[in-house]
Amino acid sequence: MIDQLLTLLWTMAKILMIIFPVTIAVAYYTYFERKVLGYMHARRGPNRIGPLGLLQPFADVVKMLFKELIVPTNASKFLFLLAPLLSLGPALAAWAVVPFDDWLVLADIDAGLLLILALTSMGVYGILLGGWASNSKYALLGGLRAAAQTVSYEIAMGFALVGVIVLAGTLNLTAIVEAQAGNVFTWYWLPLLPLFVIYFVSGVAETNRAPFDVAEGESEIVAGFHVEYSGAGFAVFFLAEYANMILISALASLLFMGGWLSPFAGIPVVGDTLLGEGGVHWFLLKTAFFCFLFLWFRATFPRYRYDQIMRLGWKVFIPITIVWIMVAGVFRVMGWFGA
Amino acid sequence: MQAVVRYLKSLMLMELFRGMALTWRFGVAPKPTLNYPEEKTPKSPRYRGLHALRRYPNGEERCIACKLCEAVCPALAITIESHNRDDNTRRTTRYDIDLFKCIYCGFCEESCPVDSIVLTDIGEYHMESNSEKVVDKQQLLAIGDRFEQSIAANRARDARYR
Repeated sequence: MIDQLLTLLWTMAKILMIIFPVTIAVAYYTYFERKVLGYMHARRGPNRIGPLGLLQPFADVVKMLFKELIVPTNASKFLFLLAPLLSLGPALAAWAVVPFDDWLVLADIDAGLLLILALTSMGVYGILLGGWASNSKYALLGGLRAAAQTVSYEIAMGFALVGVIVLAGTLNLTAIVEAQAGNVFTWYWLPLLPLFVIYFVSGVAETNRAPFDVAEGESEIVAGFHVEYSGAGFAVFFLAEYANMILISALASLLFMGGWLSPFAGIPVVGDTLLGEGGVHWFLLKTAFFCFLFLWFRATFPRYRYDQIMRLGWKVFIPITIVWIMVAGVFRVMGWFGA
Repeated sequence: MQAVVRYLKSLMLMELFRGMALTWRFGVAPKPTLNYPEEKTPKSPRYRGLHALRRYPNGEERCIACKLCEAVCPALAITIESHNRDDNTRRTTRYDIDLFKCIYCGFCEESCPVDSIVLTDIGEYHMESNSEKVVDKQQLLAIGDRFEQSIAANRARDARYR
């Protein structure tokens, strides 16, 4: 009994040790986004609160929490309040199987990649429910768009990951990273380059980020699915969106960029320093780079039209992924890449 | 053939990379924005800000109530009443400027024969109630006393263009 209780407490502590840094990362991701967008717009971004504006995210959180939580009269109250939690839950739960280092993972399960695919698909229910429960035409349209978009890009994303599975021969994320061991050129981004690009672009579409943010589409449907949300409810949707973005970035670095492996591995001079050895720092660095790409895209690209999004997803990405899965199979059979 | 080239180019995402290169260049470029309260843009000596009434070095107020400023004011923002003092010189008893009516054109300063009414380079001031929009003679003189140094310096800098 005591043993079970201790296991439970220890697991809870480990969960907190993941969720707390993720939440802090989300807070600073919003700050980083405003800074990057500002700089690329030839502005300075937030720099008033704290040195360099570093306390800005906390000011934002306090502001959000003190705002009134308005539930529209005609909304379905239960679902309206449930929706933000439904979108946040999967975004945080997926972190359970993300390995930060070869020993640093909460749940080292065999079907980790499958779990992540399942959980990231769950996230769209929160958006869909939020859009429907608001009982507002803009929110409903936003929810519908988000659903259609997520379903379309889920397929391309899944196919892109099939390529990784073909080469690695496993669904366990730790094993997938270890299968890439070697140097920069044995990581899967090189043999699976088209799949890598498609995975990341689909990831941008999955998280409803620019240039695929028609679900929010502020010029047409105000703010889309979360137009009726204010205060804490909006903050939770926000948190979920950014947690998902960081998750997609983490997965991109795990599946295609060798996770915690060092790009300088195998070079004799740097062999046993921090540079040469794999570790958490490489994983965080790669993840941060992909997080930056999200913001760079947002600063650069204008929003896709809705029909263009559908065309890209169904008529470009899915055919390319199917072709490249065959190529990956050839790589595997010929023994050029993979186990 | 051209269609094939264009297809391949779009497949290689060439246009997207060019766009990203552009935003990257802007991202690392130095920013022209000033951190306003700490950094400010330099001001011309001709800057037309808050009004002030000046005095002569001996403390005598310059204004002789000729009412040229009142006459020239296109916004009718100036109200002057005058009387003859015991030494038989004419002085104002009332000199009100309605800052909400004022369009800061500077005609009052140009029309003034004794350089009494001037526009200072103070651009940062506010009112906390509606009644504060009209500044009277005492307030204008106080502004003039307080900022006489910078007013005189700005007039000196601009003197050779007058």
